[in-house]
Amino acid sequence: MKCVFTAIFAIVAGISLQSASAQEQESAKPKTTLEAVKARGALSCGVTQGLPGFSAPDDKGNWTGLDVDICRAIAAVVFNDPDKVKFVPLSAKDRFIALQSGEIDVLSRDTTWTLSRDTSLGANFTGVTYYDGQGFLIRKSLKVNSALELNSASVCVQTGTTNEQNLADYFKSNKMKYEVIAFSTADETIKAYESGRCDVFTSDISQLYAQRLKLLNPADHAVLPEVISKEPHATMVRHGDDQWFDLVKWTLFAMINAEELGITRKNVDEMAKSGNPELKRIFGTDGNFGEQLGVSKDWVSRIIKAVGNYGESFDRNVGAGSPLGIARGLNKLWNQGGIMYAPPIR
Amino acid sequence: MATGSRKPPLQFSLRLRRALGGRAGWGGLVLQVLFVAILAWVGYEIVANAKGNLEAQNTAFGLGFMSNTAGFEVSQTLIPYSQTDSYTRVFLVGLVNTLAVAAVGIFFATVIGFMVALGRLSPNWLISRIAGGYVELVRNLPLLFQILFWYLAVLRMLPNPKQSVSVLDGIFLSNRGLAIPKPIGQEGSTAFAVAIAVAIIGCMVLRSLSRRSLFRTGRALVVWPYALGLLIALPAASIVVFGIPFTFETPVLEGFNFSGGARLIPEFVALAIALSTYTAAFIAEVVRAGILSVHKGQMEAGAALGLSRGSTLRLIVVPQAMRVILPPLTNQYLNLTKNSSLAVAIGYPELFSVFAGTTLSQTGQAIEILAITMGVYLLISLVTSGIMSIYSRRVARSVGA
Repeated sequence: MKCVFTAIFAIVAGISLQSASAQEQESAKPKTTLEAVKARGALSCGVTQGLPGFSAPDDKGNWTGLDVDICRAIAAVVFNDPDKVKFVPLSAKDRFIALQSGEIDVLSRDTTWTLSRDTSLGANFTGVTYYDGQGFLIRKSLKVNSALELNSASVCVQTGTTNEQNLADYFKSNKMKYEVIAFSTADETIKAYESGRCDVFTSDISQLYAQRLKLLNPADHAVLPEVISKEPHATMVRHGDDQWFDLVKWTLFAMINAEELGITRKNVDEMAKSGNPELKRIFGTDGNFGEQLGVSKDWVSRIIKAVGNYGESFDRNVGAGSPLGIARGLNKLWNQGGIMYAPPIR
Repeated sequence: MATGSRKPPLQFSLRLRRALGGRAGWGGLVLQVLFVAILAWVGYEIVANAKGNLEAQNTAFGLGFMSNTAGFEVSQTLIPYSQTDSYTRVFLVGLVNTLAVAAVGIFFATVIGFMVALGRLSPNWLISRIAGGYVELVRNLPLLFQILFWYLAVLRMLPNPKQSVSVLDGIFLSNRGLAIPKPIGQEGSTAFAVAIAVAIIGCMVLRSLSRRSLFRTGRALVVWPYALGLLIALPAASIVVFGIPFTFETPVLEGFNFSGGARLIPEFVALAIALSTYTAAFIAEVVRAGILSVHKGQMEAGAALGLSRGSTLRLIVVPQAMRVILPPLTNQYLNLTKNSSLAVAIGYPELFSVFAGTTLSQTGQAIEILAITMGVYLLISLVTSGIMSIYSRRVARSVGA
């Protein structure tokens, strides 16, 4: 009897394995990311586990933020529906594995663009969504006015970030001693800082402002003036699909170009009727730029209707119109004193 | 006649059939071969798939990254380390930290576990209820929760370094941990160490003399005054002859933190407390089961001989119970070591945190790093259970089973 059962089991297992391998062979045909996203009916987008202003669920459970808007803009281009996104919250440590393994199509999770990440992770950065720098958050009661006074301090940092290495470089080059305590999530890090385990919390400055809102008395804490590193936050896609790489890259460029040309959520329909040759190219009434990207002609107006131009998204999520109130600074357009610049659509 | 003409079975083929196919015979053998073939095929598919994907992503595969500079600091390093060292060094630092917390955890878990078990079996109503309550409370709460509880509770209670609690101006307790004076070896330190070693050996000799006299004459020699004298006189003599063995470097509050001296970081303390109290609850049950497995006649026999309850337990019951206790106790030791990887939640820099965490995300070499980490935990576990099985063989022999 036992033997019969085993035989049946073996046969069933063999059949199911065979069918699995048949399926595999079918899917082994090169399928582009765009096709996969369309077939799935939703974009899978890697975001933070909750960083106000960049990617965090609001009180109704909707994800909002600057990084989230990039995902929604891509979904708008592909599906003409900014809500067809599946957000995958990831810790700093797990984010690259999720991208490598194909769990997500895009990583839009305030990730700093560095050479080693660009070359060794099997992924590419598509473009800078936010120019940031690393700073320090400290209790005002400690009466420290400069990061150079931090000798012998205990510093809380999130592990798996560029912050950890910048911190080591900064203290070493200024010949200061310090103690580092590294946590795996941003929440654990800020909790340890709040409980007094560390004197300072270090992270990208935008994060410091965002995390400060989570503290009991945000006004008791100040960000020190020093910016100790360059942290250009960029979106990432997997190696090996240049069409998808171009699509993600130009989604951001379209948002920046739209701001430069004054296209906003409100006036997008009027602007689309304009006879201006540059606007005609953007809105697809002249040329076939959308088709070159593998999507429809009206891709830019889909983006603007969904999330607005770059400046609108910035203001709504992290800028003057948000609780964070971060100044545009470096993230102003190139012709307004910043360094935000996109290649032309032509 | 009929039995005589029957051919004897082919011994060789029968044995082979039994060995390969078990009771099911050749049919079983076919199934086994089939099963192994399927397993091999699945394994091959996994490797080939991973290889293909890595190639498609242009990810470099190999251990070359291990010699690159790490570039980050670690809060507790028991071996010398600086940010300019390689990832190999980071790996070793993490490994030593894991072993340190596991060793401390195993020691205290065993001590607490035995005490709670004996308490639970105690005829004293109050003690046995307290021990029972401890076991039920601690083993029914998730370990991660307990680690966070100890970490956050311990931290919130402690003052900041400027208001630290100090004992004798040398020991400071604050939310940066416990700062204690660090001994620094001087000229006389070698002689001092030798003196202590000689004193300890002397004590062991005295003890065996006393035992021998107990067995021979039925009366134990009183040796403790001599042992105490040995332990005090020899080191004292070495100080007089060779000079002070070491001086103490006391911690001093400097800026934000204590400098000098040695320091026990709160992450280590919280993790060690959580791991040892949690595992102790399970060990207590293991020990209790072991003691109850010894027939109660043994206890009564001890009492009849006029031994006290403690002596009966120590000399008669526990040695017999050890046979039952050791295998599940080994399991608990292995669990404790593996559970130490939960430290990543409170920032204690053990292997999983600094190597499978920070190093992984800095280098992106997920497959290699996870394989190494898995191998290391496997090795630690195998070594632990190896040691325990040697010990349990010795126990089994001494009990005469």
